[in-house]
Amino acid sequence: MAEHRILNTRAIKVDAADKVTGAAVYTDDMALPGMLRGAILHSPLAHARITHLDCRAARALPGVEAVITAAEVGDVKYGVSPARYDETVFAVDRVRYVGDEVAAVAAVDLETAMSALSLIEVEYEELPPVLEAHAAMEPDAPQLHEEYRDNICAQVHQHFGDVDAARAEADAIRSDTLTSKMQDGAFLEPQSALARFDHRGCLTMWSSTQVPHYVQRTLAMVLALRDDQVRVIKPAVGGGFGPKAAASSMELITCLLARATRRPVKTTLTREQVFLHSRARHQFFHTMTTGVKKDGTLVFLDHHNVMDGGAYSSFGIASVYYGGSLLGGPYKLPNMRYEGYRVVTNKPASGAQRGHGAVIARALFESQLDALAEEIGMDPVELRMKNMMSAGDVTCNELNLSSLGMAECVQGVRDRSGWVEKRSKPRPTGRGIGMACGFFVSGAGYPIYRSRTPHCTVVIKLADVGGRVHLLSGSADIGQGSDTTFAMIAAEVLGIPLDDITVQSGDTALTVDLGAYSSRQTLMTGHATKEAAESVRHQILAVVAEKLDVPPEDLQLVDGVVKVRGGAGAFEPLRTEYIREHRGYHDPPEGPFLTFREASRIAFLERGTIVGVGSYRPPPLGGSYKGAAVGTSPAYGCSAQVVEVDVDLETGHIRVEAMTDAHDCGYAINRTSVEGQMQGSVCMGLGEALYEQIQYGDRGQVVNANLAEYRIPTAMDMPPVQTIVVESHEPNGPFGAKEVGEGAIMPTIPALLNAVYDATGVRFDELPLTPERILMGIHEDRGED
Amino acid sequence: MHKRLIELHVNGQRHEIAVAPNRTLLDALRVDLGLTGTKQGCGVGDCGTCTVLFDGRPLNACLVLAVQAAGHEITTIEGVAGSDELHPVQQAFLDHGAVQCGFCTPGMVLSSVALLNHNPSPTHDEIRVGISGNLCRCTGYQKIVEAVSDAAGRMAVEEVDHG
Repeated sequence: MAEHRILNTRAIKVDAADKVTGAAVYTDDMALPGMLRGAILHSPLAHARITHLDCRAARALPGVEAVITAAEVGDVKYGVSPARYDETVFAVDRVRYVGDEVAAVAAVDLETAMSALSLIEVEYEELPPVLEAHAAMEPDAPQLHEEYRDNICAQVHQHFGDVDAARAEADAIRSDTLTSKMQDGAFLEPQSALARFDHRGCLTMWSSTQVPHYVQRTLAMVLALRDDQVRVIKPAVGGGFGPKAAASSMELITCLLARATRRPVKTTLTREQVFLHSRARHQFFHTMTTGVKKDGTLVFLDHHNVMDGGAYSSFGIASVYYGGSLLGGPYKLPNMRYEGYRVVTNKPASGAQRGHGAVIARALFESQLDALAEEIGMDPVELRMKNMMSAGDVTCNELNLSSLGMAECVQGVRDRSGWVEKRSKPRPTGRGIGMACGFFVSGAGYPIYRSRTPHCTVVIKLADVGGRVHLLSGSADIGQGSDTTFAMIAAEVLGIPLDDITVQSGDTALTVDLGAYSSRQTLMTGHATKEAAESVRHQILAVVAEKLDVPPEDLQLVDGVVKVRGGAGAFEPLRTEYIREHRGYHDPPEGPFLTFREASRIAFLERGTIVGVGSYRPPPLGGSYKGAAVGTSPAYGCSAQVVEVDVDLETGHIRVEAMTDAHDCGYAINRTSVEGQMQGSVCMGLGEALYEQIQYGDRGQVVNANLAEYRIPTAMDMPPVQTIVVESHEPNGPFGAKEVGEGAIMPTIPALLNAVYDATGVRFDELPLTPERILMGIHEDRGED
Repeated sequence: MHKRLIELHVNGQRHEIAVAPNRTLLDALRVDLGLTGTKQGCGVGDCGTCTVLFDGRPLNACLVLAVQAAGHEITTIEGVAGSDELHPVQQAFLDHGAVQCGFCTPGMVLSSVALLNHNPSPTHDEIRVGISGNLCRCTGYQKIVEAVSDAAGRMAVEEVDHG
């Protein structure tokens, strides 16, 4: 591997100084002259027909500039996948969950807007709600959408190998279930949008989004504008984790209010509204039957999955595929059958959340491997190593593992956690240690809509005055640090310090980039950045070579200067020219080499503005079976974890004592950021395993729509996490890099489940592992009431 | 509701503003004074993103009325750094990668500054308690704890240098 000066270091993030001083601007921090505030009226009922809607009193309130409903904005259907457009901006005659949008107001201030909402008269005829996924699939259940028979909005039937024939080969077979709860993204910045139309009818929207490009398309479609009349700009974003990866009703409403009032409008969700909009992790009901041979060889997996998706499809059609396909790796599994059903109910819609669709499936599969290892008397680590795939292998569902540092991850956590010693000694009562692995895509192989589009393009433009390098991209830094990653790549290629790169990103006027989802930015936009930077380097060096009358291949950009076969070359005339242009300036270039600042200025003088472009589109991936596209990726990240717990057998309280986490991210571009993604993933996984669940009242209302009762981990809940960065070389990644943002969450829940089993002797089949559940499980196991 | 004229002392400056009696300190800072570094994550005191220092003590600005803050010394994130350099806590957050999305960061920095003013050499456990009112969904807290610990060390050295 080549020596790098900037890549693989611990760079300070390019936006960190603004963030620690309060200078970073998030959408809700913005204001425009004449700006109005938007507010949204939601359905208080889970399922009802709207029989009467009267906005006259609201419209008459002084300070109210617009009140809009379905009657004003129409019934254009939209959603995430064009195959499942099932949402309208406002409910048309019928509401399908507590939170469905009924009307919206723009007013001079928020207080007036809220008063106006209270003046809107709505009468409902309540319909029986469907609040549970299995009940929704019953033939006599109320139907939520005409097009979804039995309320199933997407289903998957996949069979690789021959599961039925393989059963005979297995020496140990287990069937287990795992049920989870709907969860919330719990990003700290509530969604906010600010929209403005100009006098030519062009729309600009600033929004807290992960995907400016997809939002641009949805706005254009619903507002009947051309794509090029819509510009979406992502300011600083306070976390996303998936729920911000699609256009929201709030964004659409804000734009519609701006159009109706011809004034800028800003809408910011309350925390309660964040919970109602949701689009976070589904509730999963997994059933798996898995067989192994006596020697630990994995023989088959038969998998059934029902997902409660709430009122609309959102990402559900992709989620249900991911729920099965990603179990194809990282173990040699010759026979796999998957039946998946994504069901609609009268609850907030679920969508994508970190580890999209695959987290709870992985949790059950990895805890089942733990149980099977015990049945055949094998160490769980050994069982995994026995079946481990390696780089170059292809899974039964045709996922191509071009790099796989899985074995290194497992060995890393085994050794650093002291697994062998700890497992071989008897544990004190209530103490347990467990392990698990994970596996995830490094960028979805295909866009959400069918297109040959490059998945991203990057423009790198040299400042005409020389020196600074502007990196322009539609990509979305939502806190994960992608701007820094791309700046590092450009700085490396151009041989200049990181501080000399200015990144402008998250703007659809700059380039197409599909955005921050499916752990795609480093691999895909990293490729495009590298290509653009190489083009710029080539152009600068071509000019300098001509000026110095040397072959371009003799030149090198490094350490902020141009070197000629390691020497300085006869560059003095170029320096003289540069200095002559800058009489009176205080900072003349000096030193024994031609600086990048001089070289880039000379290049401009010779050729005009120097611009390099790069783009990336994955090669055709995957098999030809139905749904083969979901789960394909140019690369796969993988991970392993060991978790140690102390379970209080009297109270059921679990204390997580230590976590050891290894992740293969390919080549680590920014080591600090890689660790940050790993530690953040582990923390989210711990919360989901132990605390987090959306709770519903008997009429479908969310009863814990706040961050006190929907509990995420605090600093006091987190143990120290040992992070082990495993660096395989990914041939399809820029400089060998691949994902870390989502894959790292995969092993946490099963490692915890396995540790709790080790501590209590009880296998739990329902999440989260609350003290009540733990106590009840222990009592049941002991045969107590 | 009739507005009242109050004087807010923020980051060493005095501001005279007219506010409704039910206006929160958070809205007064963000909207009336344009100090948008203080964030609103929940509005009900659960998340800690609106943490400011109130006479030196960390406090959720969403739970205090602007009229109650009149005359008290308020420090927001905009008032933490010196004129030329960052506060050691801010610098340590940069150096340790304790910042991801940055939305919890202003509140997290202020809670940390308050902790170190009160306890100059906290253990990791004490730091975790000190920032437990500030939620973070990105970092898993580890790099924040390391940053605060390191900042304590840096401040102790500065103390010796200047002492």
